[in-house]
Amino acid sequence: MPQFDPSTFASQLFWLFVMFVALYWVVSKIAVPRIGEVLEQRARVIQDDLDRATQLKAETDAAVAAYDKAMAEARNQAYEHMRVIQADMKAVADKRTADITAQVNKQIGEAETRIAAAKQTAMDSLKTVAAETARDVVAKLAGLSPDTGAVEQAVASALKETR
Amino acid sequence: MAAEGHSPMEQFKIEPLIPIHIGGTDISYSNSALFMTFAVIATALLFWGATRHRTMVPGRLQATAEMLYEFVAGMVKENTGVEGMKYFPFVFTLFMFILFGNIFGLMPYGFTFTSHIVVTAAMAVFIFICVTIIGFARHGLHFFSLFVPPGAPLGIAIVLAPLELFSYLIRPVSMSLRLFANMLAGHVLLKVLAGFIISLGVVFGVVPFLAVFGVTLLEIMVAVIQAYVFALLTCIYLNDAIHLH
Repeated sequence: MPQFDPSTFASQLFWLFVMFVALYWVVSKIAVPRIGEVLEQRARVIQDDLDRATQLKAETDAAVAAYDKAMAEARNQAYEHMRVIQADMKAVADKRTADITAQVNKQIGEAETRIAAAKQTAMDSLKTVAAETARDVVAKLAGLSPDTGAVEQAVASALKETR
Repeated sequence: MAAEGHSPMEQFKIEPLIPIHIGGTDISYSNSALFMTFAVIATALLFWGATRHRTMVPGRLQATAEMLYEFVAGMVKENTGVEGMKYFPFVFTLFMFILFGNIFGLMPYGFTFTSHIVVTAAMAVFIFICVTIIGFARHGLHFFSLFVPPGAPLGIAIVLAPLELFSYLIRPVSMSLRLFANMLAGHVLLKVLAGFIISLGVVFGVVPFLAVFGVTLLEIMVAVIQAYVFALLTCIYLNDAIHLH
């Protein structure tokens, strides 16, 4: 087996040492710093992007909150306006209703007075007609000519009973 | 073996390419050294090319380099914590060196320097020594408490401490043998199966050919896994030295 030929050991060990040292120099002076730098830079860029994204998200959230607040305020204001206007309108409507009611009530009162007067007139004339009719009936049937005052009294009492 | 050139061990032969002798010591630049050089150049090209135009959104090469970096960095951080990250360049070097050594060894006419016990042992012993030095430097004599299982009663601890010490001392052996044996066995198996293709001819040779195809895929997997295991064990040993238990 060539592996156990000691005459080659010195040269193998010498070149192993030389090449390993050379490779260590390549790795530690070129590979590791350069790749480490790239990876670090990339990590930094990604972190920066993430930070900016977080910041922008916070800004967006703030804008959304401000929008919501403005919206709520506007809504409250609109409600307030509507409430005031409704109250005004209600007051106007109530006033007009009251006015009209009063007017109508007044007219009703006048009409009632007129009706009562007409009724009184009618009742009065009814009394006279009834008394005259009664006298004429008595005169025709009994041939009597009763005293006008007595007949009127009798008619009045009769009307009172029938009423 | 039938012929000298067909021995499955032939592929592990160290062939001096540039003979160098210093003070009677043979330190010739061999095929082993050549493939170590390939691993260094490949790693250098990969990371140099990947980081030439560093972009926020990586291209294919940069993504590959970043994936390797993050894979090993994650392994070091997970197993040794933040304190272990200063050894990350070393673990990364180890991982890339063994990974490319294993993978280039699978190429046709390739040579696998990790299939030589002296190379794997040198790396394992170096790690063992470093870990021990780090352990004593950080904890002083308190480092010996690593050999006493936490919470064990005194009687059991007396029995277990020598076992723990033995398992600690055996680490470089198991570590180097694991990588060496995996690489050796895989390449011998491939060579033997490939030899059957020739001896069985075109018709029956299909069977070992398919076997070689499958084993090659398996060996690519083993090449990556063994590089990972070597780096992972280094992390675990470093963790022991840094955090004791």
